[in-house]
Amino acid sequence: MLASLLPIVAAASLIADQASEQAGPVDALFWFITGVSAIMTVVIFASICFFAYKYRRRTAVHATQIEGSNKLELTWSILPFLVMLVMFGWGADLFYKAQNPPTNAMEVFVTGKQWMWKVQYPDGSREIDALHVPVGTPVKLTMASEDVIHSFSVPAFRIRHDVIPGHYDSVWFTPNKPGKYHLFCTEYCGNQHAGMTGWVYVMEPREYANWASGGGGQGTLAEQGQALFQQFGCATCHLLDQQGRCPILRGIYNKPVQLDDGRTVIADDAYLRESILDPNAKIVAGFQPDVMPHFKGQVTEENVIQLIAYIKSLSPSTPASQQGGGQPTPPTPSRAARAASQANAAKPGQAVPR
Amino acid sequence: MADTVVPAGPETAVEDIRLKHHFATSAQQMDADTLGMWTFLITEVLFFGGMFTAYVMYRNMYLGAFASTSQYMNVVLGGTNTAVLICSSLTMALAVRAAQLSNRRHQILFLILTMIFGTAFLVIKGFEYHAKWVEHLVPGFGFQYEPAQYAHHAQILFFLYFAMTGMHALHMVVGLGLLTYLVVQAYRRVFSANYFVPVEMIGLYWHFVDIVWIFLFPLLYLIGHRR
Amino acid sequence: MATLTHGAPEIAASEVNYLNVEHGWKSWLFTTDHKRIAVLYIVSITLMFFVGGFMAVLFRINLLEPEGIFAAETYNRLFSMHGIIMVFFFLVPSIPATLANFLIPIMVGAKDLAFPRINLLSWYLYVIGAFLTMYAVIRGGVDTGWTFYTPYSSTYSNSYVLAAAFGVFVAGFSSILTGLNFIVTVHKMRAPGMSWSRLPLFVWSNYATGLIQVLGTPVLAITLLLLAFERIAHVGIFDPNIGGDPILFQHLFWFYSHPAVYIMILPGMGVISEIVSCFSRKRVFGYNFVAFSSMAIAVLSFVVWGHHLFVTGQSVYTAIAFSFLSMVVAVPSAIKVFNWTATMYKGSVSFDTPMLYAFGFIGLFTIGGLTGLHLASLSTDVAMHGTYFVVAHFHYVMVGGMVMAFMGGLHFWWPKITGRMYPEAWSKFAALIVFIGFNLTFFPQFILGYLGMPRRYHAYPPEFQALNVLSTAGASILGIGYVIPMIYLIWSLKNGPKAGPNPWGAAGLEWQIPSPPTTFNFDETPIVTEEAYNYGPLEEVIG
Repeated sequence: MLASLLPIVAAASLIADQASEQAGPVDALFWFITGVSAIMTVVIFASICFFAYKYRRRTAVHATQIEGSNKLELTWSILPFLVMLVMFGWGADLFYKAQNPPTNAMEVFVTGKQWMWKVQYPDGSREIDALHVPVGTPVKLTMASEDVIHSFSVPAFRIRHDVIPGHYDSVWFTPNKPGKYHLFCTEYCGNQHAGMTGWVYVMEPREYANWASGGGGQGTLAEQGQALFQQFGCATCHLLDQQGRCPILRGIYNKPVQLDDGRTVIADDAYLRESILDPNAKIVAGFQPDVMPHFKGQVTEENVIQLIAYIKSLSPSTPASQQGGGQPTPPTPSRAARAASQANAAKPGQAVPR
Repeated sequence: MADTVVPAGPETAVEDIRLKHHFATSAQQMDADTLGMWTFLITEVLFFGGMFTAYVMYRNMYLGAFASTSQYMNVVLGGTNTAVLICSSLTMALAVRAAQLSNRRHQILFLILTMIFGTAFLVIKGFEYHAKWVEHLVPGFGFQYEPAQYAHHAQILFFLYFAMTGMHALHMVVGLGLLTYLVVQAYRRVFSANYFVPVEMIGLYWHFVDIVWIFLFPLLYLIGHRR
Repeated sequence: MATLTHGAPEIAASEVNYLNVEHGWKSWLFTTDHKRIAVLYIVSITLMFFVGGFMAVLFRINLLEPEGIFAAETYNRLFSMHGIIMVFFFLVPSIPATLANFLIPIMVGAKDLAFPRINLLSWYLYVIGAFLTMYAVIRGGVDTGWTFYTPYSSTYSNSYVLAAAFGVFVAGFSSILTGLNFIVTVHKMRAPGMSWSRLPLFVWSNYATGLIQVLGTPVLAITLLLLAFERIAHVGIFDPNIGGDPILFQHLFWFYSHPAVYIMILPGMGVISEIVSCFSRKRVFGYNFVAFSSMAIAVLSFVVWGHHLFVTGQSVYTAIAFSFLSMVVAVPSAIKVFNWTATMYKGSVSFDTPMLYAFGFIGLFTIGGLTGLHLASLSTDVAMHGTYFVVAHFHYVMVGGMVMAFMGGLHFWWPKITGRMYPEAWSKFAALIVFIGFNLTFFPQFILGYLGMPRRYHAYPPEFQALNVLSTAGASILGIGYVIPMIYLIWSLKNGPKAGPNPWGAAGLEWQIPSPPTTFNFDETPIVTEEAYNYGPLEEVIG
């Protein structure tokens, strides 16, 4: 009975959920613009109605011809413009500040594929069309698309970012209210575009720790990557501690790489992804093109994420025990551990998940 | 220019100034035609502009690959074509002048010369296209490329190469059609010092097509030749 | 129209006009008279409007149920075809190719547009484009949305993208030729004394529109052509598999399509300037500012396209620049709204049907324009992008603005075009129905968007149902509001009372010639000695 009433009650609510730290400031700006717009609309409507009534056509009353007024024109050009500058500045400020995630952000990988969202956590667990995050922790999503352009959007967080095939996109948020929120694809992506939806579960840290400890089973993301690394025979050429036919990958992550055309690039996620899928695109100085096979079509974006996680985990300081099998040191503690430490800091949950 | 006033009317004889019914004077008609043609050429600039934008962007992103494609571009044929087109512009300009001087014989001569140059350009272009086909350099049709590290990005350049030169060649074909029309009209003694607007307008178009090539040639053929 | 008896000399010489001067289909299909071409355009775009509108009704029905009533495939094709038909085959040509085609030569005191045959060619191109697109519809439609985003359109979609894109490509040239004709006509065909500062504002706004058509449309044309090549060759410059960037397509597409939204509103603004002035019996307040703002909009429209790409990951500084420029372009639009309002001040305001539509326009355009600020400001755009908020915003501008202006203009100049008046009561009733239906359809969509409902969804979470039902209900009312004028306007062709040359007592050259005008508009070239909107007391005009 009660359940059948829920949609109606929800429909009655005309206030959008706010569930991230970004949502509040964005809404403040939204209501500022809406408020100003409403005042402008009322002023214009009222003047039209007033003039239409006051100066309605009557016999023997003629219109007074008025040329115009530069003073008035300037006033109603400059004043609104100043107000709009406030809207611009405010919006740009929020946007600018939201560019870079905090360094302590928890990283989650998302792959968009017609028509589902695949989620991978650093501890190796995976989900489809669902994302679990602890309340109060900044979360950074690194997103890739297997096919067309998608757009990752969580209205309650007021975040959205296109996921464009060919490179990584990222977006971040800090959920601040436990609950279950819509996840939508908001860039038209084909037949079942409307089905490319899911839920974001924001959980109390303790609850989240419980949930996270149940996941995994196939090892961490880096371990999965290591397995792929062996499976594809990458280790035959990318030796870990001595020069093989291909560059050494240990400690390469986020370090500059000298290319054969003289340029230097940073070996970030995007570079590593490109080098896996299209190895000839950028050749490291001193190496030959065409040695490594193309992996485009052989590996999925999810596999690429696993392989990159493995490469990331190859810390330069760890000595190799055997060829191709250096023990990965996870760059981040497990999710469960992180969440547990968060739980100690956070107050016990006040809000109840819907 | 033409200050002769001729009564308006759609049935004016061929030899007279062709003043269309809705213009007040032939000067007005000529002004309108000229402005119309220039406006049309501006749309053409923007039409090619879309492809030039794509070119600029990808050249910035993939300079190495773009430079490496120059080894497959036939600079001799491209250079010859540049010379051929510049000559055709000269003959076109002379044809306009001949029309303005009411010199029918020269006008026909220069128009036909222009057409010969234009055809020569297309024939040479055809040889180049054929060579690209033989060398598997047509994107989407068994594209193969050495050095392999540039295979992907070189495809973008070749796609642009065919799109830009193809669109240019299409404009040349249209231009040749217009020139044929001019030759027929000139033969019928339509043009004279009093009425030469079509020759001038088609001349403008021809020069525009020429200028597009002047940009295409260095951008597509000479990227790798920076020494 | 007139009787079809053999040889039509029964019509008195004073009764000969552009409609009855010649008969038979050939006299229409091979005409170079701008007025006849305008009539051809009115018929064609009205057909396309009802095709596009019918699709809208169908997909609004689908949205009555949260899980959708039709298959996803059907819904996707419906909304895509609705967008393509409405944007490229109704809104873009709506006022320029019909009312402006009819009026610009008359308003500047010329016998025709500068290039009558090119004008006819433009109509043929429109028809060919429309046939190509309708071919795509009949074969099964397109499901890419009107924006044709790559790589979905180039690689993944299995619908009739090529036919539709080619249809839009061809129709684009129709639009270019119309714009070119207007620019040259306004520059070179003005009657003696018709200086730039005496041009009616309708001419100014269509001149500005012409600039956009000429400068923007070729970029769309080449972009669609590159897309078509890419779809045929399975490789191309937007293909991410070889390092191409699908976002380049969006840049090129919006470089046209953002200015194009001003193609879809500027002519409407021109219509409103004429109507407000006529029914207030007053010259437009701040003529120079209204004229200048049209030009400012035309120029600025070319530097704001990036606000469609705020969530694609373009550089943050680019985004900030585009956000700023988008705010700037709002200023000239605001100037116009204020000036129309001020025009009524101390006027002599009457409430004829065109004026009702003008009221509707000003109100709805104000809302549509102001909600544009939410989308120009960066962080609120991130929240609202791709939701029904955007849908509501542009429908307030396009339908609430342009369609209202088109209806207003059609009712204003109908006596001039056809020589007949339409039934007053019915037309006022229809205007009211359109206004109510429109708001009922689209206002709930602002709320839906704010709540986060994404656009282009054939199914949606159940909590959005109430507002969607409201919107669909509004759409049915709006549909009726558009059918009523269709009926009484056609009825009026034969049965409407004859209109004199100047039924509204309006100023302007078009009201000084008979209704309907003769083929060459003026017996002799008029000499203009006064400014536009030289309104005196009504009694002096109608007497």
